[in-house]
Amino acid sequence: MPAESGPAEPAAARVVLVTGVSRFLGARVAHALQADPGIERVIGVDTVPPTMPLGRTEFVRVDIRTPGIAKIISSARVDTVVHLNLVTSASAPRAKVKELNVIGTMQLLGACQRSPDARKLVVRSSAAVYGSSPMDPAVFTERDEPVEAPTSGYAKDAVEVEGYVRGLMRRRSDLTVSVLRFANFIGPGVDSPLTRYLRMPVVPTVLGFDPRLQFVHEDDGVEVLRRMTVENHPGCYNVAGDGVLLLSQALRRAGRPYVPVPAPSISLFGDMGRRFAGMSGFSPELLRWLTYGRVIDTAAVEKELGWRPKYGTEAAFADFVAAQGLGGHPAARLASLLRG
Amino acid sequence: MMHARHEDDEGAQVIRLASARHDGGEAGEPGGDAGAGPGPIERGIASGLAFLRRRLAGEYEVDEFGYDPDFNENILLPAARALYEHWFRVELEGVGNVPAEGGALIVANHSGTLPLDALMLSVGLHDHARRCVRLLGADLVYQVPVLAHLARKAGHTLACQADAARLLGKGELVGVFPEGFKGVGKPFADRYKLQRFGRGGFVGTALRAGVPIVPAAIVGAEEIYPKIGDLRPLARLLGLPYFPVTPTFPLLGPAGLVPLPSKWMIQFGEPMTLEEYAAEDADDPMTLFNVTDHVRENVQQMLYDTLLRRGPAFF
Repeated sequence: MPAESGPAEPAAARVVLVTGVSRFLGARVAHALQADPGIERVIGVDTVPPTMPLGRTEFVRVDIRTPGIAKIISSARVDTVVHLNLVTSASAPRAKVKELNVIGTMQLLGACQRSPDARKLVVRSSAAVYGSSPMDPAVFTERDEPVEAPTSGYAKDAVEVEGYVRGLMRRRSDLTVSVLRFANFIGPGVDSPLTRYLRMPVVPTVLGFDPRLQFVHEDDGVEVLRRMTVENHPGCYNVAGDGVLLLSQALRRAGRPYVPVPAPSISLFGDMGRRFAGMSGFSPELLRWLTYGRVIDTAAVEKELGWRPKYGTEAAFADFVAAQGLGGHPAARLASLLRG
Repeated sequence: MMHARHEDDEGAQVIRLASARHDGGEAGEPGGDAGAGPGPIERGIASGLAFLRRRLAGEYEVDEFGYDPDFNENILLPAARALYEHWFRVELEGVGNVPAEGGALIVANHSGTLPLDALMLSVGLHDHARRCVRLLGADLVYQVPVLAHLARKAGHTLACQADAARLLGKGELVGVFPEGFKGVGKPFADRYKLQRFGRGGFVGTALRAGVPIVPAAIVGAEEIYPKIGDLRPLARLLGLPYFPVTPTFPLLGPAGLVPLPSKWMIQFGEPMTLEEYAAEDADDPMTLFNVTDHVRENVQQMLYDTLLRRGPAFF
């Protein structure tokens, strides 16, 4: 089907550029790609030096908000760009994050449009583009529009990034473009606002709401990105583990003590945590997600790749819990007592 | 004909008790069937503890709509069943018209100021038709704290085309109240008069999914909170579709929230297969209007019949 559309040449990736390579996901994807013998060069770019060794990936320190990125793409004759630079954390100032996400993407896409060698673009987006609201359908497919479009934070950035990607697709119809809307990443190596939230000493939840959550395991996320890079799968796909966990259920499985808090005070609570305990605050989109939840339909990516995620939502969460050594709060102990 | 009354119908009663003990026997003691094993009290305690352990450890499954069968069967349904059997003394008729398996769309009238009819319909179908009905609720339900997640845990979801189609595609029994707020919040003087059936979206959904429509008439819910007035400014202030005044509410405060013990009957009509229409007819507004009217007349007729058979409202 769509794999056969576009130009007939075997668009095998030979020179791959990975953005956001100094962060966890970028480094993992760079490692997965350099293990592929068909790929001649993997070039990783980021604004900060990598924290983990990158193997045969060539690291170039460049700010993708500057035209420097275009020089790298043209001089190295990059044919495939894997754009993983979406910053989702609330740790950096919002204005800086927005500039990195949106302006960085514009520069990168501009460079791709100019480059005669560019053939493929893989973009990491987020399921946050669907927003979270009480009027949402229970499950979002790729064709669904958000009921309430996200108005702030990285969710809005992701919407804008997807908009610019669509613009590029109109102007360069010869490019193979894959946009991946990931559910929240989780796993032993993931450090995100979500994992920091789950590690709070007492986890505040929104009083009277119990959202449905979905996770994607880091290994599955890396595998999807690798397949999208070395194979041809144009289109927009949701990526998440099978199944659903309720927030209360997830916290019980992790053995985390939690306390329901009215919605207005939860952000205050989070802000105090950030100021006095160095924890991340609650961004509005995280708060909405923790109130109304979100579930995405992953049938399209499973059909296109002929592949199912190795970890379902529950298994991915269990892997995270085991790796973090969470558990052991009174309710969990009571539960194990009852079992015995 | 099936009744929920103890003296009338033992069969239904036996099925229910067996199902209540089912998970206790499975999770609890071995060989409980031998008769010489633990008595009902011990078994009750064992299944209660097993339930508590599952809840505390989070060891239960929910589907993508948030339906939590474990919670529904052990907490929500037993609570509603007490009302169903002893307060409203619900009688079911025509349960055989509800398909034993596969997708179907139940279309019922809506009444009662507070939607207790939805609760009673799901108890009736669970206990006597062995089906879990997935109701489609207004978006207001999903904005109200507590109600939002209880509705999802009971298996219900938002009234929208996508959710209904998804549930029917999975072979679920879906229930819908096309009157919506116009029905549930109508004044007592208009009791048992069907309101407009929405925009007929439910017919389109059934046509596209190729499932039959099962009309249902719920008699008795009109009398539980006779709505004799509506405080509109207060409703607007609270963002509610209406703020009811009943003979007991808000006069008696929270005590006014106790529903009057009316006698209920729920009748299921012959399934309407819609075989004479094709799935493409779902895009033809005239077809939708015609079928909607047909379903509505059907439900109205069933309402009048059942109302006559019920006799006095409270005995």
